[in-house]
Amino acid sequence: MDNTDSRNPDALLAAIRKEEARRGRGRLKVFLGMCPGVGKTFAMLEAARRERQAGRDVVAGWVETHGRPETAASLGGLPILPPIVVPYRDVRLAEFDLEGALRRRPQLILVDELAHTNAPGCRHLKRWQDVAELLDAGMDVYTTLNVQHVESRADTVRQITGTEIRETVPDSILDGASFKLVDLAPSELIQRLQEGKVYLGDRAEAAAKGFFREGNLMALRELALRLVADHVGDGTREFRRTEGGGKGGKTGHRLLVAVGPSPTSETLIRWTRRLADSLHGPWLAVYVEGPVALSEAAQAQLSRNLSAARDLGAEVVATTDGDLVEGLLRVARDRDISLIVVGKPAGDSGWEGWRAGQLLRRLVRESGDIDVQVVQAEKRGGGGNRVRSARPLALPAGQYGGAIGVVGVVSLLNLALDEIAGPRVPGLVFLLAVVLLALFVGRGPVLAAGALSALVWNFFFLPPRFTLSIARIDDAILFGTYFVVAVVLGQLVARIREQAEAERRREVRATALYGLTRELAEAGSRDEVVWLLVGQLERVFQATATVVFQAGEQVVPHPDGTLTLSEKELGVAEWAFRNRQAAGRFTHNLPGAGAMHLPLSTERKVFGVLGVGLQDKDLSLAQRELLEAFARQAALVLDKLELRAVAEQARLVAESERLGRALLNSISHELRTPLAASTSAAAALAEDPSLSAGPRAALVEEIQEANGRLNRIVGNLLDVSRLEAGQVRVRSDWHDARDLVRAAVSDVSRALADHPVQVATGRTPLLAQLDFQLMRQALANLLHNAAVHTPAGTPIVVEAATEPGALVMTVADEGPGLDRELLPHIFEKFRRGASAPTGGSGLGLAIVRGFVDAQGGSIAAGNRPEGGAKFVIRLPQTEPPPPIHES
Amino acid sequence: MNPETDTPRRVALVIDDEPQIRRLLRVTLETHGYRVFDASTGNAGIAEAAMRRPDVVLLDLGLPDMDGLTVLKRLREWSRVPVVILSVREGEDEKVEALDAGADDYVTKPFGAAELLARLRAAQRHAQPPAVDAVVRSDDLEIDLASRVVRKRGVEVKLTPTEYALLRALVTQAGKVLTHRHLQTEVWGPAMNSQTHAMRVHIAHLREKLEDDPSEPRWIRTEAGVGYRWVGAD
Repeated sequence: MDNTDSRNPDALLAAIRKEEARRGRGRLKVFLGMCPGVGKTFAMLEAARRERQAGRDVVAGWVETHGRPETAASLGGLPILPPIVVPYRDVRLAEFDLEGALRRRPQLILVDELAHTNAPGCRHLKRWQDVAELLDAGMDVYTTLNVQHVESRADTVRQITGTEIRETVPDSILDGASFKLVDLAPSELIQRLQEGKVYLGDRAEAAAKGFFREGNLMALRELALRLVADHVGDGTREFRRTEGGGKGGKTGHRLLVAVGPSPTSETLIRWTRRLADSLHGPWLAVYVEGPVALSEAAQAQLSRNLSAARDLGAEVVATTDGDLVEGLLRVARDRDISLIVVGKPAGDSGWEGWRAGQLLRRLVRESGDIDVQVVQAEKRGGGGNRVRSARPLALPAGQYGGAIGVVGVVSLLNLALDEIAGPRVPGLVFLLAVVLLALFVGRGPVLAAGALSALVWNFFFLPPRFTLSIARIDDAILFGTYFVVAVVLGQLVARIREQAEAERRREVRATALYGLTRELAEAGSRDEVVWLLVGQLERVFQATATVVFQAGEQVVPHPDGTLTLSEKELGVAEWAFRNRQAAGRFTHNLPGAGAMHLPLSTERKVFGVLGVGLQDKDLSLAQRELLEAFARQAALVLDKLELRAVAEQARLVAESERLGRALLNSISHELRTPLAASTSAAAALAEDPSLSAGPRAALVEEIQEANGRLNRIVGNLLDVSRLEAGQVRVRSDWHDARDLVRAAVSDVSRALADHPVQVATGRTPLLAQLDFQLMRQALANLLHNAAVHTPAGTPIVVEAATEPGALVMTVADEGPGLDRELLPHIFEKFRRGASAPTGGSGLGLAIVRGFVDAQGGSIAAGNRPEGGAKFVIRLPQTEPPPPIHES
Repeated sequence: MNPETDTPRRVALVIDDEPQIRRLLRVTLETHGYRVFDASTGNAGIAEAAMRRPDVVLLDLGLPDMDGLTVLKRLREWSRVPVVILSVREGEDEKVEALDAGADDYVTKPFGAAELLARLRAAQRHAQPPAVDAVVRSDDLEIDLASRVVRKRGVEVKLTPTEYALLRALVTQAGKVLTHRHLQTEVWGPAMNSQTHAMRVHIAHLREKLEDDPSEPRWIRTEAGVGYRWVGAD
């Protein structure tokens, strides 16, 4: 078997990374018990002592001794982190000091009671969040936990014991943890209980007695054993996954649970988690947003459900679809789901029940090869927070009042019409009123209005009047038809309106997101991103916002923010930054803060934190998602900007390396050649004093020629370095361009000796504002270029003329012209034609362009139709020369 | 040939921190009849100048201990000795500054011996008391400063008052570079705003009227980026 070859290298790499990440992260060891009193804390302390003896830095961060002497005794010797005292109402509560632990940074820290709920005012709501932060900071943590507090087991425990479990720990934190089961035979535990060795707190004795029945304990013990067994398999499973290279493990199951705004969904979610655990597959929690708007209570329940799913380790997907079944199946197919979990329709035999059954039948029919599991979605024990699909009930009472009012007004109108119209006309008027009403209010009020108006019509108008009986059969048919038509039509209209509204809400969100995305795509800097983000949040959420960025060791708000952060809020933002988690209001972390802080992070890194000051009391799921989408978009753009800057930097480095190499070549060749010539000639002169005048003059000429060339190359190099360093200062003044041409021609007179130079500059002064030295050098370089690239004897023409608004100078030759392929690059440094004679540095034209650019001018190179190259410099002139007064 | 027999040897002081340049100047100047002293720092240069009473000073502007311009100003506090600046190609600004601060001329490195000697001669000439000649002649050009008449080949040339003022300034300091600021102050007065554009036009007109070939001026030379110089026929 060639196992290694069949491994997917990417998966292997991912596993290695995960292993590395885990190494950077601290390890969690959970001392799990079936119930209080089995000796978890004691076992933990024993283990800690052994670690300490092995030389590790161990600190007791929080240990509950419950006054048990043997527990307190085993604490002896361990350094203890002092608790912090949190004032709460009239009492002062001692709590685990997270800050202190992070400062102290032991290798291993003990934090008892993972399921503990922190006192208000602590950084996190729950202790398990403290522990997560310790792990993130790289510390190993020992903690204790009873199986009843594990989120996915809470239902089972409740079913077994009949006790409601309030403090639970999400399964996600237990993923990757190692477990030590602290076991005790139920009979022994009961004996300990009777000996008073088990702390029961202020719990009612009777309830405790009920809980600690032997049957319960057996069941809890089994539950704890199974939990540990499930988690023991974790490591091997992961390995098998990388080895097998296929879908999730042997079974390849991927689960999807449909989540709605119902309290039963929570049970469903936990059930799915357990199933996913035992099938070793990933799972999704999917919410399909339909056309109907949710009431506030339903919205809140939905948020609870989805965050429960998230805590249990599900990937949460919210999608929008007019049709629930289609939405679910779309996600299921996209994500390659093998099993869909839905709740069994509740016992309602009415319309709702029928409809739910209908949906279920469709789901089963249309799901194809995906399995559908229907689970008994038991409602939670009749508690006060029970929310029915709140559509009709939760609508504001005002709408019902309005509906009744409208029926009243229309009744009065009908009474007024009574004289001229018959008993049947009011029916049509009512119908009109109900349909119109449906345009403004929900379906419940419309239904109410339909029913009420039917009664009013019957009572006041249909003979016999002022009774609820109907005399004539055709009136009875009319009445029946009216009732049905009013209700159905009203419902239809209301539904269309609701759909339109849902559509509009989605539209608003989509537009906002699209708008931001589009604007952000064009943002060229971090400041612009902040500005756009803050602006959009103000428009879409009416919220103030700011973004904090890291500056040195701390985080600092961006000056463009509209939200000012207090010291405390800045601390929350910093926490969000360091932990890459949302914090502050509407989140689990530091929920007491005034603003919501969303990290702007991508896979690669975290860039900053978006702080949003929302006025609303609640944050709907849609709003939260939109905010998160905003933050994600902004982070992506910041990421892109940074990567672009890095790429640009790399490009510049590559370019400067190319230049550096070219420069080195240029220096080694171009400087050495004249140096060699000059040195040899000088040596020849020195060695042979008897040389006759002819050869002597030739040698001296060689030396002068070589030195002139050296001087020019060094000058060019200096000019280029001035340009590169941005140290070219332009000193514009009025000059006669004819002086300029004359000076440039005389500068290169030696090179031009073999060429007739025609200067065409006219007889009148060509006044222009320019930097004389820069332009002189530019012209001289062009002339030198023309001289060395053309055959001896061919003329070179220099022209200068003023145009309205510009000075134009031209250098043209009658040589072979410019290489077409080189033409676009001709002004770049170290670009030299293949036919270029030696002696140039490849810098001349780059300098010309640099100097002309520095004065705001332009230069063009081309070939003349009649042959030869032509360079045209245009220097814009902003003002005409001032008039000259003769004194 | 021994120049010492004709005239007393003139004394030149070279202030430059580069030994090679000092050596080269010493050889060049000594073969042309100068006694040469040199100094490698500004302070030493000033001390030498006080001790040797040179006829001409060659001053490099880039010195290790102090700015060449400072050396020049310190010299000018007590001496009118002609000073020729040794400068580099990019140093137009410092040339102008030095000329305005009282330097007599400049040469740009690298320079030829002939050019250097000509500048030195010219510089020493301005240091003499100005000629009282009322009429300046240069080939076929005749400028009568007393009667303010200019003739070329015997024909009177009409000049505007500004042109004449410019010409007079140039001619009376023949051979010396006159910076733009110097000319402006002399012709328009110190209070006027920058008149460089007017100066260019007037110089162009003067060349039209006086030069044989205005595009290749012989008398009124442009010193690029620095100013103008009148070169009379020696």
